[in-house]
Amino acid sequence: MDRFAQASKEALWGVGLFIAYFIWWYGFGYGLGSGDPDEYTFVMGLPAWFFWSCVAGFVAFLLVTWVVVRFFFKDIPIDDDGGTESGGEAA
Amino acid sequence: MTNWAVAIPVFVYLALVFGIGFIAGGLRRRKGPDFMEEYFIGSRSFGWFVLAMTLVATYVSASSYVGGPGAAYKFGLGWVFLAMIQLPTAFLTLAVLGKKFAIVGRRINAVTLNDFLRHRYESKLVVLLGSVSVLAFFVAAMSAQFIGGARLFEVITGVSYRWGLVIFALTVVIYTTVGGFRAVALTDAIQGIVMFIGGFFILFGILNTGGGMHNIIMKLKEIDPGLITPFGSGNFIAKPFILSFWVLVGFAVVGLPQSAVRCMAYKDSRSLHLGIICSTFALGFLILVMHFAGAVGQAIVPGLEVGDRVLPTMVLQIMPPVFAGLFLAGPVAAIMSTIDSQLILASAAVVKDIYLNYVNPNAGRKTLSNISIAATAILGGVVLLVSLNPPPLLIWINLFAFGGLEAAFLWPTILGLYWKRANASGVIASMITGIVSFIVFNQFGIVFISPRVNAIVPAIVLSFMVLVVVSFLTPAPKKEVLDTFFKA
Repeated sequence: MDRFAQASKEALWGVGLFIAYFIWWYGFGYGLGSGDPDEYTFVMGLPAWFFWSCVAGFVAFLLVTWVVVRFFFKDIPIDDDGGTESGGEAA
Repeated sequence: MTNWAVAIPVFVYLALVFGIGFIAGGLRRRKGPDFMEEYFIGSRSFGWFVLAMTLVATYVSASSYVGGPGAAYKFGLGWVFLAMIQLPTAFLTLAVLGKKFAIVGRRINAVTLNDFLRHRYESKLVVLLGSVSVLAFFVAAMSAQFIGGARLFEVITGVSYRWGLVIFALTVVIYTTVGGFRAVALTDAIQGIVMFIGGFFILFGILNTGGGMHNIIMKLKEIDPGLITPFGSGNFIAKPFILSFWVLVGFAVVGLPQSAVRCMAYKDSRSLHLGIICSTFALGFLILVMHFAGAVGQAIVPGLEVGDRVLPTMVLQIMPPVFAGLFLAGPVAAIMSTIDSQLILASAAVVKDIYLNYVNPNAGRKTLSNISIAATAILGGVVLLVSLNPPPLLIWINLFAFGGLEAAFLWPTILGLYWKRANASGVIASMITGIVSFIVFNQFGIVFISPRVNAIVPAIVLSFMVLVVVSFLTPAPKKEVLDTFFKA
């Protein structure tokens, strides 16, 4: 497969995950945090909006990043002669 | 009144990075295939760990230890919410520039972002604009970091401000000069580890001192309920304000020359893949923990007047001295790793973009080696001297350094990689529009959508539109150029 086509695909994954994280961050942050602090619910001692947007958001983003990189990023040579191809993972 | 138990770990740490500079310099003399490739980009040999750590350490600057936690102390959890916008940036940068930039960079032997722009747009004016922006903004930014570093050094070790500045600055300048990009990346890796361990210590220290998470949050709510909302104390963190940060420290970060250059320095695809995961983890952890520590500060050490000193002060209060010293080596490390990457790029701008282009295009290896080392040392020395007594112009330029670099480089880099039609005229117009509009919108307080929107937003929008429109109005790039950049 064309190396640059693969590189563009990976760039789009980057943009896609960036947007997905934005939606998660905004949704949980303002969805749970916009009310009166007296009516907040708490998870592990933290306000629920903060736990879900910042703590769980971090863990979720990390997991999704791992899955995307593991399954959708390909091991392509970055030298024109293909000299330093590591060839570790299956393409 | 120096507290030696705190100061010694910091000094040991300085000695350590100093040693690494000399080891990296020695490696170069023994290996030395191509001087420029080695000195400015470490022979493109970095594995995943060094790649991840050098990227993270470059992002996590003084602001993450000093300014950021200080603001979090004042405004509460809402500022942590704001800081977490940075989480996806390492992944975004490495994915968007990632492989394409690395492939093309090797093809044209680029060692800086300006090298890439020179080959892609074949215009001396583009390179001149690029190198002048890099020099002006980096010198101003480095000077600000030196001053921040020296203040912190003063708080931690009790050494006077001037001596702190000299010791601190000389360490950075010498190891960068001697060891080049390899020393920068290796010290970044160690600095990343130091920051990481410090993060664990402070989290543990806070939970211990504050009597558990629930207690701490309840105490914050008692002080001011705004501290535990996403809007911050006094509703300071309004939506248009926080959403601008998705541009300023979010996607526009892709255009920073210091992050771009790291996307050409790794060894192979596998280093990039593991580097993405590792950098995302390290960046998220550091940002979350440091800002959280600042945000709960009011529950642990209430009533601090200088918000910027919150983290050092808190650490000195809640940790045993030696651990405090280990932790405080972290921010010193963070500041050094931000300066070193700017210093090596500023030096590259002088040597690669100005000297080789305009003064002596046929310089031999020996000359280049002498000139590069001299350029790094002299630039570092100049920044140190101006930091001792910073002129007002420098302070003014620094206000625009971060956003100015983004406004200048973001679209020329991304569209240069992914849009065939982008050409030199478009890029020249876009760089000028970006920098000028960023400064003008800031200086004259021009309102774009809402008064709380940061000037980076209109600057990024305008520089994009100008690049596209002017490129369409002028001829397309030559076929040979397009073959180099778009034909796999």
